Amino acid sequence: MSTYAKKQGFGATLWDFMTTVDHKKIAILYLISGGLFFILGGLEAMFIRIQLAVPDNNFMSAGTFNEMITMHGTTMIFLAAMPILLGIMNAVMPLQIGARDVAFPFLNSLGFWLFFFGGVVLNLSWFMGGAPDAGWTSYASLSIHSQGHGVDFYVLGLQISGFGTLIAGINFLVTIINMRTPGMTYMRMPMFTWTTFVVSALILFAFPPLTVGLTLMLFDRMFGANFFDAAAGGNTIIWEHLFWIFGHPEVYILILPAFGIFSEILATFSRKRLFGYSSMVFATVLIGFLGFMVWAHHMFTVGLGPIANAIFAVATMAIAVPTGIKIFNWIFTMWGGSVRFTVPMLYAVSFIPSFTMGGVTGIMLAAAPADYQYHDSYFVVAHFHYVIVGGVVLGILAGITYYWPKIFGTMLNETLGKFTFWFFLIGFHLTFFIQHFLGLWGMPRRVFTYLPGQGWETSNLVSTAGAIFMAVGVIILLINIIITSVKNVRVGNDPWEDGRTLEWSIPSPPPFYNFKQLPLARGLDAYWIEKMEGKKEMTPAEPLGDIHMPNGSIIPICITIGLFVASFGALYNMDADKTWTVPVIIIGLLITFGSMLIRSIKDDHGFHIHKEDLMDDKDKEVKA
Amino acid sequence: MKTRLRKWRLISLFAIMTLILAGCGEAKLSALKPAGEVAQKQFDLMVLSTLIMVVVIIVVVILFVIAIVRFRRKDGDDSIPKQVEGSHKLEVIWTTIPILLLIIMAIPVVTYTFELADTSAMEVKDKDGKTKDAVVINVRANLYWWEFEYPDYGIFTSQDLVVPTDEKVYFNLKASDVKHSFWVPAAGGKMDTNVDGVNQMYLVFDSKKSNEAQNLFYGKCAELCGPSHALMDFKVVTKSKDDFNSWVTSMQTVAKEPKVAEGELAKQGQEIFNKSCIGCHAVSTSGNGAGMGPNLSNFGERERIAGFLDHTEENLKKWIKNPDDYKPGNTMAGKYGKLTDEQIDALAEYLLNLKVEGSKHID
Amino acid sequence: MHVEEKFTDATWPAAPETATLEGKNKYLGFWLFLGGETVLFASLFATYLALKDKVPDSGMLLAKDLYEIPLTFAMTMILLTSSLTSVYAMYHMKNNSFQKMQAWLLITVLLGFSFLALEVYEFKHYVHLGHTFTSSAYGSAFYTLVGFHGAHVTFGLMWFLSLMLRNAKRGLSLYNAPKFFVASLYWHFIDVVWVFIFTVVYLMGMVG
Repeated sequence: MSTYAKKQGFGATLWDFMTTVDHKKIAILYLISGGLFFILGGLEAMFIRIQLAVPDNNFMSAGTFNEMITMHGTTMIFLAAMPILLGIMNAVMPLQIGARDVAFPFLNSLGFWLFFFGGVVLNLSWFMGGAPDAGWTSYASLSIHSQGHGVDFYVLGLQISGFGTLIAGINFLVTIINMRTPGMTYMRMPMFTWTTFVVSALILFAFPPLTVGLTLMLFDRMFGANFFDAAAGGNTIIWEHLFWIFGHPEVYILILPAFGIFSEILATFSRKRLFGYSSMVFATVLIGFLGFMVWAHHMFTVGLGPIANAIFAVATMAIAVPTGIKIFNWIFTMWGGSVRFTVPMLYAVSFIPSFTMGGVTGIMLAAAPADYQYHDSYFVVAHFHYVIVGGVVLGILAGITYYWPKIFGTMLNETLGKFTFWFFLIGFHLTFFIQHFLGLWGMPRRVFTYLPGQGWETSNLVSTAGAIFMAVGVIILLINIIITSVKNVRVGNDPWEDGRTLEWSIPSPPPFYNFKQLPLARGLDAYWIEKMEGKKEMTPAEPLGDIHMPNGSIIPICITIGLFVASFGALYNMDADKTWTVPVIIIGLLITFGSMLIRSIKDDHGFHIHKEDLMDDKDKEVKA
Repeated sequence: MKTRLRKWRLISLFAIMTLILAGCGEAKLSALKPAGEVAQKQFDLMVLSTLIMVVVIIVVVILFVIAIVRFRRKDGDDSIPKQVEGSHKLEVIWTTIPILLLIIMAIPVVTYTFELADTSAMEVKDKDGKTKDAVVINVRANLYWWEFEYPDYGIFTSQDLVVPTDEKVYFNLKASDVKHSFWVPAAGGKMDTNVDGVNQMYLVFDSKKSNEAQNLFYGKCAELCGPSHALMDFKVVTKSKDDFNSWVTSMQTVAKEPKVAEGELAKQGQEIFNKSCIGCHAVSTSGNGAGMGPNLSNFGERERIAGFLDHTEENLKKWIKNPDDYKPGNTMAGKYGKLTDEQIDALAEYLLNLKVEGSKHID
Repeated sequence: MHVEEKFTDATWPAAPETATLEGKNKYLGFWLFLGGETVLFASLFATYLALKDKVPDSGMLLAKDLYEIPLTFAMTMILLTSSLTSVYAMYHMKNNSFQKMQAWLLITVLLGFSFLALEVYEFKHYVHLGHTFTSSAYGSAFYTLVGFHGAHVTFGLMWFLSLMLRNAKRGLSLYNAPKFFVASLYWHFIDVVWVFIFTVVYLMGMVG
């Protein structure tokens, strides 16, 4: 403990977080920055709904509206949903498998900082000549045509944060494969760990195509290449393929962790093990696998021909089968259980019908000929918000509430939580249900306004009203977080009382080394097994001994800042009046590669917590 | 008896679904009010898939409600429920039934996918190289306007697409700047207009349904294409085959001898037009000029100014005066210097009298 | 086993790269990373194939007019040989003979540099013929695919060099053995990618 003595003061805390390689602190960093971006994306959503509340509205200009929708989509997917989920994974997964940290703590920190600075680059566009305006899909012909530097910010921001995500994916895969505690076989891993595992594999294989797509666009826009310039032999459809080869697995990257969170919550608050665990695992893997086979269903109207359309339509429908398996298994987890409606459970329960509705419209969209009608209309907007808000965001809200005590050591207020829940749920259905019909009534998506007299007025107003409900829900959540943090009532190991997995067997928040002795997992729901035998703690799998821990490091930030600097050189490279761009790129890359060199040349073996210190710790606990 | 009851239930459910789906929306632009074969097939598919999905939702919701009501934890209940591992039988059931439902859906999906992609009639040419038995229209999408070329008749128009009813109308689709998407919701699904190749599709406009929609359908651009994407509307005017043919003939007449303006003001307008506008806008139906702007030969008969403003003189003048106020990011603004109010008056007079069908006039 | 432990030839483990948990993690993580890299190059190959010979005007040179098989064949041989020499280096690493490992790595690096030199010469030659990064979509795709590989080669060389220099005085340990090992894995991967480039770009380029 001595090497880790608590320093005082804001500066020290800040330095601690900037250099930390502890997965739990990195998780907090992910949650805070993801939360901030979520609020930003939410504000953008509100502005969009205000503009569309009435026909012919002048709340904002057409150009600004396009920037708004682009930034809303990009922010929510890349900078809010994914980082928050990565944060929960970071906080929980190592605890669930009984590990003391992730496999590569240094890379974990690097991954976070890359994501964070990528997000900063993207959002700086608002203050530096305009945000990207070609949609979050940034289809090539429009994004090449787009004036100003908005799309350049998109390309570079996503490129940088994409590297971060890729690193996180590899890190989690290795952690789960190599660092499970004794007895924790693959088929004893908690469902959330399983989904983390599959999602990490999806990240590993889905992000490289995006990297390539972004690189091609970067070369086109900033270095005069011709990939997407039809006049020079280029082809814009290449972008669409690369984007969706990434983009569809991305949907599963978002939803599978949410599935994992709900599986944990439903089992916990039904006091019953997850129904059909092995088929749930199988379904998760299958969804992940099929996720790579269906990207062209986003491109039914591109003109790929009937053979491709038919194949991708049928392949897409096939995904409904494993997803259906999951839905029924969740229901049957509650069946025969003892269901307690805490706030996380409310989210989990409401998720089932909400997500089912998003799922079935997914099947409707898979019907290629009918999709010609749905495509790029508000029907699609409704569908993916049902899946992402009704699945991912409810999952995030549930996960945050459920794991809050484990991460911060204090419980969010349940009453306020219920207010958030009801406002959010009602607002969500109010906002998006009607949009299915708007789409069928001929309203295309991404329109900055619409003319009166097309039968869309009332529905749009209803939709905007719903959005306000959701905003109120989120505001209550923020109030709840503030009140909870100020009160700071500490809780014990298992604050929900029905915890089943290893993370609930250790203090909240856990000590920085997580487990004094690695626990022995004797089956699925390892902690539950011990509890049922009347024990309070896990059976240790090793004698008490020295624990090896990694040192913190500032180098991840240095590596990232190099890329941050270089990206501004690349951004303005095509401007004839700026001669400083190439030197800036070189300086930035020198900082990055120099920091990497320092990292690889400097010896850093970490440190040991000595057995005696751990014993002291225990004695103190006993006395207190 | 029992099966009949079940059948009846199914039919009534089907009827309710149809009612719900068809109940709303405007005939001129709702996908739920199909105006022809293509939209009808797509609508049928929507109804079928919605029906299957509603059944799924009902099953899920029933099980769900029972689960959360029956197995609610009572206060002070500390019992531990039986830890069930799973059920092989149930797993098989909820794997098989969805597969069967999906097969039911997949069959029409695949069939229609191929049927709707069948544009082989476009390839059948007569000895003059003209399409034998089909009306073919080349659609070219631009920032933010639409050009319609009738290659077999040698005529061009823009913004208002004129089609004959009760037959398959075939389209070649492409874009000249960025990607757009061609969508007439009431008549059928969309198809992208790409910058790198031509897409083909067909639509059918039923004469009865067209009458219900006053022979006017709304068309939309369905792919984000820049600031004025929302305003990139076009209109579809449907005509019976005979009316269509006579429209074609009058369009061809204008092609031979472009109209000379009548009246002093209109003549002035024509002069201004020839000086400031003709670089981009053609006024004879035989060509599209440099392809930079919409063909205006039948401008006086258009449904809208700039594709979306009401067709009035006042709107036209406002539009010419400052196009960027109405369609931000359009390619017309700033191309013709500053015109005085008098010049704009003359221009408007000239343009509004550009008509092809002599007897028709604007309101 | 522990990273800071001192070893003799007799106690040096048979698989030093995976003898510690850190080593095991590095080894597995790097294999996974190569999986991602494979997808990256697959995307670049697909792009190249889609844009091959797509030029704005018919006067421009196409694949079959440009490529010279003798040169690229020589490059292939050099890179394949360097892969072999890196295998020798790893053999000596497993036998705890540090100096021999360094020597073989040096040969690997020299071969790598000669490959790069030939690639630079090749690119200059094409640019001279008017086939540049900005001349056509084909040009962009060609230089991006082959250039990405070239950048990987450069990075691999820098990696080898910095490892060799850093450990020149310290010798082998369980701390740096995994580093040497994954660097050589990377080198093999680069080699495999080049075999595909040689086949798909150059050989298939000749048949049109």
